This record gives sequence, C-alpha cells and structure tokens, in this order.
Amino acid sequence: MPPRLESMAQALRARFSGALRPRDSSCGELSYDLNAADLVATATALRDEEEFAFESLIDVCGVDYLGYGQAQWRTEQATGTGFSRAMERGRAAAVSAAGDAPPEAASGISTRFAGIYHLLSLRHNLRIRLRAFARGENPPLLPSVTGVWQAADWFEREAFDLFGIVFEGHGDLRRILTDYGFIGHPFRKDFPLSGKVELRYDESRRRVAYEPVSIEPRTLVPRVIRDDHRYRPELRAEPSAALEEGEEA
Amino acid sequence: MAEFQSYTMNFGPQHPAAHGVLRLVLEMDGEVVVRADPHVGLLHRATEKLAESKPYNQSIGYMDRLDYVSMMANEHGYVAAIEKLLGIQPPVRARYIRVMFDEITRILNHLLWLGCHGLDVGAMTIFLYCFRERENLMDCYEAVSGTRMHATYYRPGGVYRDLPDSMPTHLARAERKGDRDAAMDEGRDGSLLDFIEHFTQRFPARVDEYETLLTDNRIWKQRTVGIAVVPPERAINLGFTGPMLRGSGVEWDLRKKQPYAAYANMDFDIPVGVNGDCYDRYLVRMEELRQSNRIIRQCVDWLRANPGPVMLDDYKLAPPRRAEMKEKMESLIHHFKLFTEGYCVPEGEAYAAVEHPKGEFGVYLVSDGANKPFRVKIRAPGFAHLAAMDEMVRGHMLADVVATIGTMDIVFGEIDR
Repeated sequence: MPPRLESMAQALRARFSGALRPRDSSCGELSYDLNAADLVATATALRDEEEFAFESLIDVCGVDYLGYGQAQWRTEQATGTGFSRAMERGRAAAVSAAGDAPPEAASGISTRFAGIYHLLSLRHNLRIRLRAFARGENPPLLPSVTGVWQAADWFEREAFDLFGIVFEGHGDLRRILTDYGFIGHPFRKDFPLSGKVELRYDESRRRVAYEPVSIEPRTLVPRVIRDDHRYRPELRAEPSAALEEGEEA
Repeated sequence: MAEFQSYTMNFGPQHPAAHGVLRLVLEMDGEVVVRADPHVGLLHRATEKLAESKPYNQSIGYMDRLDYVSMMANEHGYVAAIEKLLGIQPPVRARYIRVMFDEITRILNHLLWLGCHGLDVGAMTIFLYCFRERENLMDCYEAVSGTRMHATYYRPGGVYRDLPDSMPTHLARAERKGDRDAAMDEGRDGSLLDFIEHFTQRFPARVDEYETLLTDNRIWKQRTVGIAVVPPERAINLGFTGPMLRGSGVEWDLRKKQPYAAYANMDFDIPVGVNGDCYDRYLVRMEELRQSNRIIRQCVDWLRANPGPVMLDDYKLAPPRRAEMKEKMESLIHHFKLFTEGYCVPEGEAYAAVEHPKGEFGVYLVSDGANKPFRVKIRAPGFAHLAAMDEMVRGHMLADVVATIGTMDIVFGEIDR
C-alpha cells in the first residue's frame, strides 16, 4: 500500500477505531465496513475534520448480495463425472427464487442489502469506500446522508428505485429511473432480467395493456467460478513481473 | 381573464433543447423559475443489470452506448476497473493509444457540446462548424475500429488492434459518383497517425474560428455571463466533477491528480474558471480543446517512435492470433473458451475512475470470482450535474434553463444508463 494511503488508514484507525472496520482490498483501495447507525455521524466527521476532509461524495449505490459466490456450473467434479448441462430450462428462475438468501442475522441487520459510499478528498487526493448493511429487509433501511452531502440526493433515490432500500431522512424519496407507476425493484437479484410485465397496444380496448412477460428467462453463458491456480492467489506465482518492465518505457 | 400567480410548466421530453429525453417540470412565477424538477429515466436500459448477466468482455459495447458522444472514454473506465481487479497493466503502447483516443474523444465530445450549446441559445453557425471537425475524428474511430461511434476498441489488457498503416479515402466512392473532390482526401494519403497529425496542425486555427464567433459575441455573453453560478464549495458538495467543477475555480483533474494510462508523461495544462457561471465553463472547455490537441500531438510523436505490442500476450484474456488458431489446438481452445465462457476475475471489488470529457466517470465492480460481474455500478458525471438543476436555475428566467442544460453537457445515455 502506498505511504499516503497507509497514513490515512492509520489516521482512520486512530479516530474511528470502533466504527470503521477495515476490509481486505486486493486493489490497494481503502475500504471499510460500518454500522448503519454510525453512518451519519461518521460521514459528518469524515467531511469536516481537517485530516480527512472528504468533502465530495462521488457515488452511492446499492448492492444485493443474494446469490453471491454461487456458480451455475460446478467445475470441480468435471474430471470425474463430466460436465453437467449448465442451466436447465426453468432452473434459472427456480435458483433465484428458491429463497437461498443469506439468513437475516438475529441483530436485524440485513446480510443481503448494503449501501456503498465512495468518498473523495480533494485536499488529500484520496478516496475511501464505506459499506453499510441495511437494517431489516422488508424494507431495508439506511440513514440518509443528504444532510452531509447534497450529492447523495439522486444517488439515494436511485438506490431506492432499483433496490428498494429506504433512506430514512431523505426529503424526497421518489423513484427516479424506472417508469411512472413501476412495480418492484429491478436490480434485486430475484428480479428477472426480462422483467415481469410487457406492454402492447390493445386494439379492442383502444389503450396500452400491461401483461405478464411471455418470454422465458434464459441464460446464454452460465456463471462459472473457476478456482485453479490462476484465481487462487496462494497458488499463483509472482504476479506478472514481466509486465512491470513496460512501466519505464 | 384570470390572474395566475404561479403555474407549472412541462418542458420536454420532446423538446429540441432538452438534449434527448429530459422532462423538466418547472414551477414558474411569471417567467421566473421557482422550482425545477427534472424527471429522468426515459432512456433507462438497465445497462448495469445487463452487464451482470454477461461475461466481462461482452459488456464493453454497452459502455459505448452510455455517453454516446464520448464512447472510448466510457470504455476506458470499464476496462480500467477490470484491469484493476485482474491486477494487470496493458502494454505501454496500448496506454499511449488509449490516451490519444481519450483526447480525440474529448474533442469529439466538446465539439458536440459547443455546437448544441450554441444552437440552444441561438447561434446557428457554430453547430455546422463543429460538425465539420467531428467528421474527421469519426473517421479516426472508423479507421481503428471499423465503426464511427460504438467502437468497442479498448479491451482488458490493451486495445483491440494496432493503428492502421493507411487511412481510408473518399476516392472510391467519389469515382463511382464522378464528383471527386480532392479536398475531401486531404491528409489521407499516409497512415492514421499522419492523418491525426494533419488534424492537430489544422485544429488550433479552427478553435480560433469558433472563438471569433462566440467569445466576444455580445448576445452569447448576455446569455451566459452570470447565469447558473455555482460557488466552489457548493460545486464540491453537489458532487460536481470535470469542467463543471473547474469552471467554479476548483483545480481538480484526474489526469493530473491521479494519472492513469500514460497521462503522467504528458505535458498539458488544466484550465480553471473564476466565476463559476456558464461563460466560465465555456471558456474552460474551449481551452480543454486546445490542451487535448496538445496531448494528441505528443502521443502521435511517441507512437511513431515506439512500435510494440498493443495487447497482453495472455491467451486467457486476449484472443490468439488468427494464423496460430488455424494450426494450434491450444490456440483454438483458448479462442473458443474466451469467446464463450470468458475469463474469471478474482473475488474482490474495485473502483476505477477516468477523467471523462464530462467529469469523473467511474466504474465500481464487485466480483465474486465468476466470469460475470456480480455488480457493476456506473458513476456517470452527468447524473450528479443534473441533480443540481434545481439549485442552478432557481430564480433564473425560463430561457436561462436552456442555457443551463447546455452548460451541463447533458447526455441521457449516461444519466439514465
């Protein structure tokens, strides 16, 4: 990790030892988990205190962790048994709707929905990422940071629209990207890619009619997670040393 | 006749000054805007969700269609995020090619912005002037990628292919039609680099030409000076980036501050505004045109002198050469696997940002180790800018709303995604 990042990481550890829990990042980024309850206080401190000065909120987005790490094609046993058909017809929908959601923890903290915040400090030329898991799942709740950064306004509306995350304290939480009168939250992992309704002009009724989609969801390329030496760091040789030479040219 | 105190007005989505599909609901008091409520999403295509259902490489083409006037800059953001997760660096020649095309893209974008902004506030001529130069740059796109707009030229690990040795000419078409005009093939007798160099020599004079039309134009200044002023601290709090932030006097450019690709080796200046109004943002972008031209020139010189690979020699990420594929079983398998299954990206997450012509274009990728991204979030600069619409136009006249939309450089492909 470059020294600038290292010193920021130290400062953050000293100031927010309990609130910010560092996450592993393979890409040399500062990334932290925090509790939703601490979000606004921490955000205000990160913005206002001189040594952090994260005056700019670059992005807020929702993530739905349903089905994280699940592949549609088992590759480990392939040598012994041969490859299965990756996706059987109809299984795609079954897999996603089977309720394989990670169980909600006893504390009421969702393990499924999280808000991701990307902050930028112009003064220190540094970025950090915060992740807060929502409270509850129906609906998932997060406190709004619109009071800290005005920029959060539309980003939170978008996360509400697409994931159904409700931001408490947001003054104007309306849908933003989907159609007027849209039902559901389309970026949730259990929402089919082809959508739920289709519309056509109904000649007899002389108006636009909404109907359930007539196309079957299908997968062209199965999700595959391979874990041979290329993807397991402990099995990997020196990371592409040859490529670094190009740097100086 | 009844007296109206205030009334609500619908602006767009079918309005020529709405830059596509912006629907603005304006609360007016006479001709003064009391509140502006932009309705977006009419061009929403769920690009991010589509990308989650495809192997990484198959979504590059979607990135072109986000901000469809700065195609390669979008690709750069997406490809950079994948490269960050994979822990790879493209060959140095590919990085220079990317810088060159990023800057060509910046000129393309700013020319369209200038033309449309001018047209919006009533300057017709500038639009035609801008499109003349855009045409040449579109030809550069076509020469490297085969398409004028949606190039899909950047790939994780480099660029799709090296720059061509010859520039296509209008000759064949013209001979068929019997109206060959030598001027149309000006500068096209050499390679692509020769053509680009020829362009960079002509271009500064063209920018002067645009400036004679607008910079001291009384009407232009009446429409832009003091309109939609954003003080620097507000610009930062509103999440502004790019020329919108620099127009307010904040010196911030990712190309300088967090250099990527080959920007660390480039010599260029960052223009900064003073007043934070539409006119300053206009001046900033005009200077960026000149600076981009400078960068392109440096890239041309470097690329002439330094031939080399433009793609990593790693068949897990890049297709093998066609000749090899005809003879080697391994290469055939690599090709087949790459184009069907793609490659798996190690588990983790990354955010990569580039200085897009409109501001900071960032891509946040979450990978769970699969051959498809688990979550893609595209941080579009225009989204944050348009969100500030209400604050920028409140208290201005209706006609200033049009100038404000123009100055934001709005493109709905990226805002609605």
